[in-house]
Amino acid sequence: MKYIDEYRREADAQKFIAAIQRVVTRPWAIMEICGGQTHTLIKFGIDRLLPQQVTLVHGPGCPVCVTPLELIDRAIAIARRPEVIFTSFGDMLRVPGSRDDLLSVKARGGDVRMVYSPLDAVKLAQKNPERQVVFFAVGFETTAPGNAMAVWQAKQLGLQNFSILTSHVLVPPAMEAILGSPSNRVQGFLAAGHVCTVMGYWEYEPIATKYRVPIVVTGFEPLDLLQGIYMMLQQLEAGRAQVENQYTRAVKRAGNVPAQKLIAQVFEVTDRKWRGIGEIPRSGYRLREEFAAFDAEKRFDVGSLTAQESPLCIAGQILQGLKKPRDCSAFGTKCTPEHPLGAPMVSSEGACAAYFSYGRA
Amino acid sequence: MADGIAEGQGGKKAGEQLAMGLQCPIPISEYPHITLAHGGGGRLTQMLIEKMFVPSFANPALQTLHDGAILDAPSVHLAFSTDSFVVHPIFFPGGDIGSLAVHGTVNDLAMCGARPLALSSALILEEGLPMQDLWRVIQSMQNAARAVGVPIVTGDTKVVDRGKGDGVFINTAGIGVISPNIRVAPTRAQPGDVVLINGAIAVHGIAIMSVREGLEFETALQSDSAPLHDIVARVLDVAGERVHVLRDPTRGGLASTLNEIAASAKVGIRLNEAQIPLDDAVRGACEILGLDPLYVANEGKFLAIVARESAEQVLAAMRAHPLGKAAAIIGEVVAEHPGKVYLRSRIGGMRVVDMLSGEQLPRIC
Amino acid sequence: MCVGVPGKVIEIQPNAAGVTMGKVDFAGIVKEICLAYVPEVKVGEYVIAHAGFAINTLDETEAMEVFETLKQIDDLSELEIPQP
Repeated sequence: MKYIDEYRREADAQKFIAAIQRVVTRPWAIMEICGGQTHTLIKFGIDRLLPQQVTLVHGPGCPVCVTPLELIDRAIAIARRPEVIFTSFGDMLRVPGSRDDLLSVKARGGDVRMVYSPLDAVKLAQKNPERQVVFFAVGFETTAPGNAMAVWQAKQLGLQNFSILTSHVLVPPAMEAILGSPSNRVQGFLAAGHVCTVMGYWEYEPIATKYRVPIVVTGFEPLDLLQGIYMMLQQLEAGRAQVENQYTRAVKRAGNVPAQKLIAQVFEVTDRKWRGIGEIPRSGYRLREEFAAFDAEKRFDVGSLTAQESPLCIAGQILQGLKKPRDCSAFGTKCTPEHPLGAPMVSSEGACAAYFSYGRA
Repeated sequence: MADGIAEGQGGKKAGEQLAMGLQCPIPISEYPHITLAHGGGGRLTQMLIEKMFVPSFANPALQTLHDGAILDAPSVHLAFSTDSFVVHPIFFPGGDIGSLAVHGTVNDLAMCGARPLALSSALILEEGLPMQDLWRVIQSMQNAARAVGVPIVTGDTKVVDRGKGDGVFINTAGIGVISPNIRVAPTRAQPGDVVLINGAIAVHGIAIMSVREGLEFETALQSDSAPLHDIVARVLDVAGERVHVLRDPTRGGLASTLNEIAASAKVGIRLNEAQIPLDDAVRGACEILGLDPLYVANEGKFLAIVARESAEQVLAAMRAHPLGKAAAIIGEVVAEHPGKVYLRSRIGGMRVVDMLSGEQLPRIC
Repeated sequence: MCVGVPGKVIEIQPNAAGVTMGKVDFAGIVKEICLAYVPEVKVGEYVIAHAGFAINTLDETEAMEVFETLKQIDDLSELEIPQP
């Protein structure tokens, strides 16, 4: 596949690994923000090819993992309603709520459907005027343009039966929350390439300066990550703290301006709760007042919900990179992909699931 | 009811009739849909059997219409297998639930090293199923069975209430005959053996997904569902008892099947990602949907684990067959890490390939 | 956030709501993708697609950059210049 295969060549990968080995002189802890980066690192065995001194800390870039429990319970409550067609990306279907998950709701007769794009949900609303179509809009900034367009289109079409349940989270506030924590040991960040494709990377410059950490935006192919790690180590070894862009084929400093424009038209920044971490100010999106009609939280009154996390789940500490999955007493025993206690074990790129499936126990 | 009649005589269905050369023997104008009465065991059940099933599957054993079929087989090693088919949609590019049901059991028998002798077919039909659809499925089963040369000698039909079935569920069971010098079993895999596959992976699973609502592609990928008894026979001809394991990686994909074998035989398996055949379009689909092809279902594909000295011969035999043109050696069996499957990635890193947990779902994350 | 795949635009057309849509070819599999966020894209160019949307065009010149770096690494290692 063009623009994929070229970035998976063994000889080139080995060259980067050799260059990395030459440049490293002492231990470094680097965090990759995004679950997709974690996925590639483990799937291709890159973490095992790096020198021992380089520690990769897996970050909170799993929007599935950080969606608050209350919101999942709310989604389940809405999905149970007979008039609702509840649509979602595949990622969210097995995340455990307090008692249940969306797939079990489907098993008991709820109309829960997987879609590839939020526009598919809009189409469903058009095709089924007598039903209420709800889309679970979960994601980082990468998915926001799509969700914004879906809502915007629904308004254009005058749809009365489409709404979204929003769980949008933003990367820069999460980075600051991690860096601001007294137990932080992350010395450099590999920023998420597709988030930055949309938002650009100018927002990271003040963070790099304030906390004196180098930040490198990377793509998701093996060579992208290896080059990104190489660039990161060069900065760390030289004592630099700049924002650099490895993923130049997709990311520009300003990002995608038309996308940002529509996001700003439809959404506004708000405080958000991150599962396992707590509330981070101005770290999420919510629908603006003029689009409030499309807010599923307002449209469906599901009463008050008391969310109950498993007391054993240490997702929060894992998401902040403070602990590794094997530090958890339930890892691999009470908590497995078959019966997960928390989101990082369910999402295919939650750190726990990745560790479990790819044998990092 | 009116819709059913229109369908039966509409242009699209007429085209199908011409293609099959035969018209549905159940008078569509009277019975455009399956009703509960068709499963009642009375006149309408008889009508289905006598007018549709028996003439379609036409063989002496079936014609006696007894509770079971009595077959003559010289005293040999028998393989017996059963499988149920619940695929949705029932018609998909490259096949349908009928051909899948025949191929599936023929292949399970082939994986025992057996030549198929006879099949049974049990249908669970949903009330409201268009009769024309049933006819299409039955014809498809017969075409598949005839191509293999295996008779469908006995069967059963039930009808369930509307909403309690997915149109059609089919169970097929089969008996096959194994030649004396053949001994395939998952436990026979041993360190030093070589793992081969007869072609590209993940085709069937992606083909089904490509027509599922919510994930439609503009390109329709054809399922690779096919009977493997012949290519397996060629492999057994060249390597005989040096063929240790035969297995078709259906649900759960290559990864799950190899894990099962590794656990059964208490051996380790090492795969080489660069050697695993994968078609471009299937790859593209997996990339977009965030799916790992190692966990996607296959049909028309089988793994052969053979003694190292026979690997090249088996590869040549596969490649000489129409269903094995893209055959490849994809890995080996080792004594280390028993029960675990490892993969050497394209860039030279190693990772564990675990069993599938639940169902692999498309992801955006 | 994450699954973004490069594909080639083979057709461009607005949909019923006036939004620019397109057919994008991913190595033989074609999917309908929203092109509203890449207004200048032309047929034959590549985009990065995520959840049914093109989030940017792919800069084909920049795509070669990583191989330039690799070449420099090769040259450096041949000269055996010690790293600082």
